[in-house]
Amino acid sequence: MAATRAEIEDFLYHEADLLDEWRLEEWRDLFTDDGRYYVPATDNPEGDPDLDLALISDTKEGVRGRVQRLLSTWAHIENPRSLTRRVIGNVRVEPGPGENEVVARCNAIVYRSRVAGTTTYAARLTYRLRPGEDGALRIVLKQTVLDHATLRDSGGVLSIII
Amino acid sequence: MTTTAGAAGTGLPEVERIPPRSTRYVRDERDPNAFLVQRSVFVDEDVLAREREAIFNRCWVYVGHGSEIPEPNDFVSRTVVGRPVLFTRDKDGEVRVWYNACTHRGAEVCRERRGNARRFRCFYHSWSFSTDGRLVAMPDEDAYPEGFSKEAHRLRGPARVESYRGFYFMNVRADAEPLEDYLAGTKYYLDLTADQSAAGMVVTPGSHEYSIKANWKLLVENSFDGYHAIPVHKTYLDVQRSRGDQIAGSTDSDWKRSYAYDLGNGHAVTVKEAPWGRPIARWKPSMGEDTREIVEDSYRRLVAAHGTRRADEIAGLDFNMHVFPNLSINNIMAVIIRTYHPVTPGLMHVNAWSLAPAEESPAARRVRNESFLSFLGPAGLATPDDNEALESCHRGYASDPGGGWSDVSRGMDLDEPRNWDELQMRTFWRRWSDLVEGPGGGNGGEH
Repeated sequence: MAATRAEIEDFLYHEADLLDEWRLEEWRDLFTDDGRYYVPATDNPEGDPDLDLALISDTKEGVRGRVQRLLSTWAHIENPRSLTRRVIGNVRVEPGPGENEVVARCNAIVYRSRVAGTTTYAARLTYRLRPGEDGALRIVLKQTVLDHATLRDSGGVLSIII
Repeated sequence: MTTTAGAAGTGLPEVERIPPRSTRYVRDERDPNAFLVQRSVFVDEDVLAREREAIFNRCWVYVGHGSEIPEPNDFVSRTVVGRPVLFTRDKDGEVRVWYNACTHRGAEVCRERRGNARRFRCFYHSWSFSTDGRLVAMPDEDAYPEGFSKEAHRLRGPARVESYRGFYFMNVRADAEPLEDYLAGTKYYLDLTADQSAAGMVVTPGSHEYSIKANWKLLVENSFDGYHAIPVHKTYLDVQRSRGDQIAGSTDSDWKRSYAYDLGNGHAVTVKEAPWGRPIARWKPSMGEDTREIVEDSYRRLVAAHGTRRADEIAGLDFNMHVFPNLSINNIMAVIIRTYHPVTPGLMHVNAWSLAPAEESPAARRVRNESFLSFLGPAGLATPDDNEALESCHRGYASDPGGGWSDVSRGMDLDEPRNWDELQMRTFWRRWSDLVEGPGGGNGGEH
């Protein structure tokens, strides 16, 4: 039975909390073994996710490495870590391409603050979600398309997870 | 493997072969040996104004790679050291660079980032220009006075556009030396880059456009700074180690056959065999067992094209090269072209691209992209920490406004400095001082 929008929203709000609270290992574990986290380049949002140069194109192993890094005190741009606060909205749900999958789309506004300054990211998120063996939803794909022509006036870089 | 070709070194340490200098901004001293850079060069508006004139309006500056505009009438618009330009291939196939400003009132004639168009039409009054720069149409042409010349209203552009192995540069001076002379010893390394492909190297779609709140010269230094690699990029090295790579975490063990060379005209390179994998032909466990055959296949292709010796050099030699003034081409865990453009003394815009063999299979391209992004880019596992280091320097400079000296003296008395020494940076700074302060640093740098 397909998940309702309310269930999907609960999942997205839970994920947002994990990220804002820097509970990154729990966030990592939301991904399926074949899961992927993909952020296309700002000048190529419709590009080929496989062959073009992205900003982030993490397999599950890539997500694991990214989280290992961010939790290290040697991830200098995130030590001390950013304060982040994100608002998720405009959630839409439709059947996904795979068995038991749903596609969820939403908008995200993320404030990121460090002593050096505060910046804002806006993004369109698209998920493919399916239940794991325990019935809880897992991320097969998280695609984050930034609504920025370049990163120059929004953070300079992208060192947090959106 | 030959790692000395293209080097301008003589085997003598810098302190014995280069005259000392003591200028307002650069102290290259002997007895005791020291190399110091005055920190106002990073924050002073007057210095940037002087750099625009003495460096960026004098040197060859990188614009783009020919593969970005493969077809007639293809164009890319970008900003090169503050100048909006159109990098385009005209209908006859010749590569052109135009200033993106209408000769009528100055509005941009193109506001798209890339595309293919026979005409650039300024939206303000509909003047239209062909890709070879001619003013070809305008509304109500009859109303212009007698003697009005469309030919005199061609698009403007830099005086010279020249290329080497697909890399296109512009120069605003008509009397500039030929690009090939200017590039000097860098050509050896540009060849090593271009020779990775029989079909030609191509810029992969998708670029990295980001910014650093720091002076552009700090990224010159950082782009080939071997000394910072372990303290700044420990998380990257730890992740690669957790995937099975042999990484000791010390410069001596991890960087083999490491040297730094002055390539002439302010260009410099560091070479080494680094601990990471390279998609072109150096497989490592972190790349995944399923990619081993793909990478080894790439190596066999290189051997078939170039023979074992040349293939080994292309495949095995990591290098970080700075082409004066604002281009880095690094052959490391992937090939990155990176340019950096001062906006203000404390802000630079960075553009970076991945360069890949055109004939690479989709599977090999995935290996390359993963290797690239494991370290590089504004969301990679390493580059963001470089941003933080450079921005942290700027925050630190504020503690002594207009004062303070940065130490760049590592290895200046060594016969064969390594990539974790600083010959490469001193090569930059000496050329910088020659151009900004006068040859040899001028007469004490007072100006």
